[in-house]
Amino acid sequence: MDWFFQQLINGLGLGAIYALIALGYTMVYGVLRFINFAHSDVLMLGAFTAFYIAPKIEKLSGSQSALGCIMVFILAAAVCAIIGMLIERLAYRPLRNRPKLTVLITAIGVSLLIEFTAQNEKVFGAAPQPFPQLLPEHALHWGALVVSSNDVLTVSVTTVLLVAMWWIVQKTRIGTAMRAVSYNQQAAYLMGVPVDRIISFTFGLGSALAAIAGVLYAIKAPGIEPLMGVQPGLRAFVAAVLGGIGNLPGAVLGGVLLGLLETFAGGISGLSNYRDAIAFGILILILLLKPAGLLGRSSVEKV
Amino acid sequence: MLSVENLHVSYGAIKAIHGITLKVPQGSIVTLIGANGAGKSTTLRALSGLVKPASGSIQYQGQEISRLAADKIVARGLCHVPEGRMVFANLTVQENLRMGAYLQKDRQWIASQTDYVYGLFPRLKERENQSAGTLSGGEQQMLAIGRALLSRPKFLMLDEPSLGIAPLLVKTIFERIVEINRQQGLTILLVEQNANLALDVSNYAYVLETGRILLEGPSAQVKADPQVQASYLGT
Repeated sequence: MDWFFQQLINGLGLGAIYALIALGYTMVYGVLRFINFAHSDVLMLGAFTAFYIAPKIEKLSGSQSALGCIMVFILAAAVCAIIGMLIERLAYRPLRNRPKLTVLITAIGVSLLIEFTAQNEKVFGAAPQPFPQLLPEHALHWGALVVSSNDVLTVSVTTVLLVAMWWIVQKTRIGTAMRAVSYNQQAAYLMGVPVDRIISFTFGLGSALAAIAGVLYAIKAPGIEPLMGVQPGLRAFVAAVLGGIGNLPGAVLGGVLLGLLETFAGGISGLSNYRDAIAFGILILILLLKPAGLLGRSSVEKV
Repeated sequence: MLSVENLHVSYGAIKAIHGITLKVPQGSIVTLIGANGAGKSTTLRALSGLVKPASGSIQYQGQEISRLAADKIVARGLCHVPEGRMVFANLTVQENLRMGAYLQKDRQWIASQTDYVYGLFPRLKERENQSAGTLSGGEQQMLAIGRALLSRPKFLMLDEPSLGIAPLLVKTIFERIVEINRQQGLTILLVEQNANLALDVSNYAYVLETGRILLEGPSAQVKADPQVQASYLGT
């Protein structure tokens, strides 16, 4: 039983990060119907932003303070929101009326461009670098269970962000406009909704979430390097598809589920080498049974 | 209020509109009738900025609008209710209306106009919190018109409001269109395949055929025209 709860906690910590990244994929898919492959690199840029900013913040706020940590998160999110909006403006918007495949290839191109520019010695360099400790880490004991304070941080930050996202998308004018644009761009134009601005906002929001996920991921990772986004990015993309691409609660569900699958499969002794095979095998099964994803629906035309 | 001069529209190499000229005076209901593919919807799409005309001019309240982006045109009070209604099926009725009012800042006006729309179409009030995708075709058309009214239009373009809707609801919707025209002083450009209906409610009519204006005149006169009767009215 303890084993079960231990894996559950570990899985939630990992799944929360996937969920945050998956939201960005699914939101962009919602408004533009393509997969932004550069999303995983925004995550990496978020981690590196924090890497360079954290020492400077530390000088202002003292070592490993909560305030400093919050500042690092906010600044990384802000920098990446701008980067995300720039990527959309420069690379994707000029191709808005081209076939989706063109945009998709461009997204892969942008991703490679960021990764290999970042690997240059004059930029970040290819070697892993240790990520600074933002908060003191404790191991919290609860019976036989051990929970890292970092996991608590991850799950609480994610929960707060998910509630904020739900509020933005469901309750605000701009969120309603995002849903409207995602349903029918042309009708949104006819209502005077500034579609370009809404798409830009969507990229900004998704990239900010990716940046925060990147920092949370970096806190747990042994080091950060320019290709660090590839693995979590791929998994989050799968999570978004699993939940039903374009569906926000689906992305969260898919992320958490994938995190749990991976941790549980990895926790079974003798099977840990096969953990990806098991996790992705289950995914394939789910998608065979529900091709539109767990919460995705195929739309029906109404007369 | 609106005058279109020698408008040409092409989709790639295909010419859809070959130089049409029309006028819509303030406060009137003008209709554009014609068969499928005559270019009626394309004309509306050009007026609302969804397609850019190849040449020609579109003057609205004395100003050229043919090069403006769609959201800028809505901001000037020109609103287009598209063919097929295009309500946001994933949003509730209320949220759809709120999207109609996207550019409106005056909350009091939005509230009173929402009440006006609910008064016109009580069915929408009943279904206020339902998602628009659950409405019937006729109810979606009511919502599409209501949503357009919330963008504070001075000039309303309706594309095939009768298409695919139960006859009883068509009657209601057309009565409301006339009511909106009288009560809100709204100028209306109505595109219809149901020529009988359109000629009955309008003041002036243009008959469009393969991208050209075949005939125009006061609606009663157009309705009496033997050629129109034979081709469009089925008498």
